[in-house]
Amino acid sequence: MEREHFEALTRAVLDRLPPGEDATIHLRGERSEFVRLNHGKIRQAGTVTQEQGLLRRIRGDRHASAGVTLGGRDLHDDVDRFVTAMHGLDDVLDVVPPDPHLRWCQEEGTTVEVQQGGPAPAESIITSVVEHSAGLDLVGLLTAGPLWTGFASSRGLQRWDERHGWLLDFSVVQGADRAIKSTLAGTEPAPDTIAARIEEIRSELPLLAIPPRRLEPGRYRAWLAPAAVAGLLGMVKRGGLSRRATETAQSPLMRLIRGECALSEQLTITEDTAGGWGPAFTSDGFALPDRVPLIEGGELVGTLTSPRSAQEYGVPGNSGPGEYPNALVMQPGTLPTSEALAALGTGLWISNLWYLNFSDRPAGRITGMTRFTTLWVEDGRVVCPVEVLRFDDTLYHLLGAGLEHLSDTAELLPSTVHFERRSTASDRVPGALIDAITFTL
Amino acid sequence: MSSLRERFLEAAPAVDRCTLRALDRTFEFVGVRDKVALPVHRDLDRGAMITVSHRGGQGYAATSDLSTSGLRRAAARARDWAEATASISLIDHARVPRARFTGSYRSVVEIPWASVPLIDKIALLKREVEAMGGDPVVEAIATLGYTCDEVVLLSADGEQAEQHFERIAPNITCTASRGNIAQQRSMGSKDSCQQGGYEVLDRVGIVGAGERLRDQVTQLLSAPECPSGIMDVVLAPNQMILQIHESIGHPLELDRILGDERNFAGTSFVTLDMFGGYRYGSELLNITFDPSRPEQLASYRFDDEGAEAERAHLIRDGILVRPLGGALSQHRAGTEGVANARACSWSRAPIDRMANLNLEPGDSSLEQLIAGVERGVWMETNLSWSIDDSRNKFQFGCEWGRLIEDGVLKGVVRNPNYRGISATFWRNLAGVGDESTNQVLGTPYCGKGEPMQVIEVGHASPACRFVDVDVFGGH
Repeated sequence: MEREHFEALTRAVLDRLPPGEDATIHLRGERSEFVRLNHGKIRQAGTVTQEQGLLRRIRGDRHASAGVTLGGRDLHDDVDRFVTAMHGLDDVLDVVPPDPHLRWCQEEGTTVEVQQGGPAPAESIITSVVEHSAGLDLVGLLTAGPLWTGFASSRGLQRWDERHGWLLDFSVVQGADRAIKSTLAGTEPAPDTIAARIEEIRSELPLLAIPPRRLEPGRYRAWLAPAAVAGLLGMVKRGGLSRRATETAQSPLMRLIRGECALSEQLTITEDTAGGWGPAFTSDGFALPDRVPLIEGGELVGTLTSPRSAQEYGVPGNSGPGEYPNALVMQPGTLPTSEALAALGTGLWISNLWYLNFSDRPAGRITGMTRFTTLWVEDGRVVCPVEVLRFDDTLYHLLGAGLEHLSDTAELLPSTVHFERRSTASDRVPGALIDAITFTL
Repeated sequence: MSSLRERFLEAAPAVDRCTLRALDRTFEFVGVRDKVALPVHRDLDRGAMITVSHRGGQGYAATSDLSTSGLRRAAARARDWAEATASISLIDHARVPRARFTGSYRSVVEIPWASVPLIDKIALLKREVEAMGGDPVVEAIATLGYTCDEVVLLSADGEQAEQHFERIAPNITCTASRGNIAQQRSMGSKDSCQQGGYEVLDRVGIVGAGERLRDQVTQLLSAPECPSGIMDVVLAPNQMILQIHESIGHPLELDRILGDERNFAGTSFVTLDMFGGYRYGSELLNITFDPSRPEQLASYRFDDEGAEAERAHLIRDGILVRPLGGALSQHRAGTEGVANARACSWSRAPIDRMANLNLEPGDSSLEQLIAGVERGVWMETNLSWSIDDSRNKFQFGCEWGRLIEDGVLKGVVRNPNYRGISATFWRNLAGVGDESTNQVLGTPYCGKGEPMQVIEVGHASPACRFVDVDVFGGH
């Protein structure tokens, strides 16, 4: 959808609001290319063009919302769809009770953020990938194209954000449960970067051809590559940084909050919207702070607070409705990445963790699997791959007393999980050296 | 305006095969949290995916612009993709057999969702939340989700199929805390979703659930931790569905076996040569793909590629007989399958999904299952789940547990967890409940695919007993 179309559309819809009511409109649109690869060839290729509008009608302290799919080209048709959705709430507003937790954005003004340049053509990227991966068992997904987000309110607030990019998330498989995973992203075509990464993987692959070792359950010293650390961070995100989860004792960090357990002083985590890839405003139209400090020196110093929680608990808001981070940054440490193997000495080098969940949420105890590349290291030298292992340990050990070092560089890891539309979330995290992780299966 | 069919036929290019799948989805959410009604939300989601197969390639384009010009642009883009990828396609689409579809399907609805006033729905949820509220409960939530899908499948060759689905997703969750202990009891969206109208709420027992959940969550706060050790477990149907889903359903998906999901959802310990002879479980294990049960969440007549669905055994008397694979996967693998190519939305392409996957009842009453246990734990309502990318090494946890000693149910235990390996766990199936223990359940939250697709699946299962299981508690 063009910005001019959005502005004309929202003007026309808001003009049709019943007297005495307010409304907000949020729009998310994309024209996304999705190309799946398997065995180095194309498994599925397609394009998704969609425009999803969300209208919230507000009558005093009563409100309700309606989502509607738009065509994005015919203004008259889009206005009709929105107005139909608007009137679909008539009966709702007549009966819903007042909402004491309603907080909506009553600011005025205009903000516009448009990324320059045009989207990289997916066809040329994918042709390059197929060409360079000849002879490799490559599997994954390319996404590319523009994304746009808009907001408008009856009080005169207009926001627009437009950006584009590509993301190639892939694995080169060597054998059962052994692969090298990589994620590349950019805004401009980067055939040389893609080719270089594939060649680098090709050179690393023979290591995974060594017969894997089966380790008995037990405690093993481990180096977690940034993607694996992001897995641990994912469990912190599941309520650990949410105001509502904290207020209702559902945060996995409750024992930290109560002073019963500690995280490492090395741990500093910030929601860095300014450095992220998503729009700087919420679906309710609120501007997001550039940065929200969440954990500093191991102490919880902030939470992500939605407008509803802000109203309910009487605190300032700083997040979207889900109270979930979209651009989390973990501050790096001091261990040079090039010295990680030497610092590990003897133990496990783990590229990724997978399918994490809680074993005992209030205790911060989690479980999950190793995945893709797990290597056995002796005296700082890689010996062989290791069969997948299940760990079961606590966040307070893994990111607390057991955390020996963080690497001196943090890696940008874009989210590769795209639900209804392409994700713009990301993490920026370092690697971590853990004194011992408990493996159970 | 002309009909969707007319616009599609006008837009369809001259290619080997062109199909359209349109979805018109209506959704409503009603909820109450701690005595405060949550904002009511309604959705009208409408769009279509056009798929073109041409000269051996295939491409798709999905659009929310359903005008003739919008469909024409989508068809052209789908054709572009088919042509651009024909020479580098994993599959020669010119050789794939095509489903021919004509017919219709409609969910059985006794009490239309719209016939019940909104205020009555809010009142019902308020009653349940009020029954849960007050110390030690720190959060009580009750919600209802209603989805109505109108799906139309068209081909440029003149085929047409129409399906109308109505689904209810209720949820009640009660969280309590005392000291540094927090516990949860819930029912609903993880297990109690069905096709139908408002009558689903009676079928799954929503009314009155709040009081029971409050009582149970309060008991959990003072209950001892689940003991650790190798022992028997008896799993309630609402945990069995998770066990079936993760350690039978996903590993039998043919696209995983063919490697499509190795970068994300994972692969499978099952290989093609296992079908027909591999012992997956004890002789008591019988698993069916059954799209024909009217109330079950993922019943349908046609999958999203137009193949007509029929009930089939995947595991019979413990022996693996066929995978969960749609027509395209069957062609690729050269094996039998079922009609399970499904998409979660008009904007996502079909892939192999579970639909309804059921464990057939046996002949033991619940009392007999319990009576057979010398030392073990009864576990109910899934809370945590984790399994490796080959769907082998798993660890699952439940909300509610009770000790079983000398064949008798005893006291409540909290944080009941167990772990095992799919390839051996099912061989320790020692008792299967009869029809009186069987429950038709389902969840809208099965995730898989690149890009991600979250879709509804149905599972029916009786209670089951397993021996020699590694059980443990919290902390």
